Amino acid sequence: MAIHNLEEMQLTENVVIDTTRDAVVIDGVTKIFKKHRPLLRWSRKEQKDEKREVRAVDNVTMTVKRREIMGILGANGSGKSTLVRILSTLLIPDTGHVTIFGYDVEKDERMVQRLINRVSVEASFFKKLSPMENLIYAARLYNMPGAEARAKIKSILARLGIPRDRIGQPLENMSRGMQQKVAIARAFLTAPIVLLLDEPTTGLDPRSKLDVQTFVRELRTVHDATILITTHDMDEAEALCDRVAIIDKGRIVAMGTVDELKRAVAERMERTTPITMNEVFMHYTAAHLITDADIERYGSWEKAFEAFEAQKEDEEE
Amino acid sequence: MSSLMHQGRASYAFFERNWNLTKRYWGWEVVFLVYNIVNAISVTLIGAAAPKLPGTKDLKIDTAPLILFLLIGTAVWSYLSVTFDGVTEIITIERWEGTIEHTFMAPISRFTHLIGSCWYAVAHGMLFTFIQLFVMAAFFHLDLSNANYLTAVFILLLGSISFIGFGIAASALPLLFTERGSQMSYIIRAVLLLVSGVYYPISVLPGWMQPLARVSPATYVLQGLRAGLLDNRAIWSPEIWSNTWPLIITGLVSVPLGFYIFRIAERYAKRTGKLKRNG
Repeated sequence: MAIHNLEEMQLTENVVIDTTRDAVVIDGVTKIFKKHRPLLRWSRKEQKDEKREVRAVDNVTMTVKRREIMGILGANGSGKSTLVRILSTLLIPDTGHVTIFGYDVEKDERMVQRLINRVSVEASFFKKLSPMENLIYAARLYNMPGAEARAKIKSILARLGIPRDRIGQPLENMSRGMQQKVAIARAFLTAPIVLLLDEPTTGLDPRSKLDVQTFVRELRTVHDATILITTHDMDEAEALCDRVAIIDKGRIVAMGTVDELKRAVAERMERTTPITMNEVFMHYTAAHLITDADIERYGSWEKAFEAFEAQKEDEEE
Repeated sequence: MSSLMHQGRASYAFFERNWNLTKRYWGWEVVFLVYNIVNAISVTLIGAAAPKLPGTKDLKIDTAPLILFLLIGTAVWSYLSVTFDGVTEIITIERWEGTIEHTFMAPISRFTHLIGSCWYAVAHGMLFTFIQLFVMAAFFHLDLSNANYLTAVFILLLGSISFIGFGIAASALPLLFTERGSQMSYIIRAVLLLVSGVYYPISVLPGWMQPLARVSPATYVLQGLRAGLLDNRAIWSPEIWSNTWPLIITGLVSVPLGFYIFRIAERYAKRTGKLKRNG
């Protein structure tokens, strides 16, 4: 089954897209969440220890080219989802600008919403409703007539391996993996020009992961979609992404193709044997970015890594 | 034209979604309907018991008008509750289900989003109210053949515009207060119940409460409905008109004000990250 063409989507009928532009431009974006001070605090220690601000995204600048699959790798709480929420018009950045094909996510909110869709890590649905009822609701919000939507829903769900007899059953009776596939179908249904995938395959079995990856590639090939995917699955990043950015404590600490990053880390670690993406990730998200001076001081990259991790654990206790 | 078609389609999406939810939760709908009817019967029985209440021993009381007065009060209160709940739960339900972010990133205007949810609430409330009214009429052996139902529907629909405005403003509370916002909206309903003359004439309210009664749309809905159902007043009669124009004014003020408050709350939620499911 081929994914339907962009021309079929009535939603993008009157949208002017300059295909020579970068699809996504993130320029100096910062997002800080403030914790509210409770009215009553029980101890002075609590008062002293309280950290009032969380810098979720810290001066991030990056671009994603049209038809590119860009991966954002980061640990839990590193700021990946906050960044995706900003791109999805669900969060307003404190500083900086984000544009999708030149449209500002804050000023041209509605226009941006016509171009994007998002799959989040939680399959967010009305659980009592069936996949068909949930997807029909989504299709109508994106200006798709009911009959056309029904045909496409059946076709996409079949492609993702959802049995025909489950399409009319409540979602609450489905496994988490199946629910996630329905969430992916919802995003594909609207044929977005920029697709934001926030840990889309978390909780899926290996076969389902491969199905989704194939579908994502097909969306790019057939539909010219630009895809930004966040994950902490290094194999997935390596298999799917043209480029990856590693985010740690809200900051982009490395960016490039998988090969470029591997080469850079291998040089730093003075390794001749192949480097894995896991090692690349560990290098850039270590408690302390390991420099040449650190390697010299501790004797090797591994020893420096262990020393800094131990130091971090001591500080956290 | 294409944009209008899109907004119409999206508005229908909310109606259809809510209807599908109602079908799946039909057991709760029955429970809620029975609860409303039992409550209404309990309140209306106070009217039937009036001659036997303390302090009324030597009074000659005609209970029929009193019963009708209370019956209409309970019907309007039921309508206001169902409609108001339907509107204020726009955010609460989506937060509970975890779909709120999906809806907020859809390419539709907030007007479409809120109105789409509201017109289902109005239809739902209207259905509940008329079922309740007929059950009550049968229970108390009331003759409603002289009632002007056209006036009743007209007044309820006109009043609904204001209820929607109040409801939209109240639905901003769960956006601002992720844990208890929904419960906070009950206070608005409670104040409307207190000041609008649901179970008593507003003249018995203390002087300082009277201005509140004058700005409550429920006051005019009740007066108009009582005139239509008890006295068979037509829509164009002076009695109905005297309640129509205040409802037009409250509708014209409350709906834009409700949207304005909601937009401010939405922007605040997007700045502080409160749209996210767990706050």
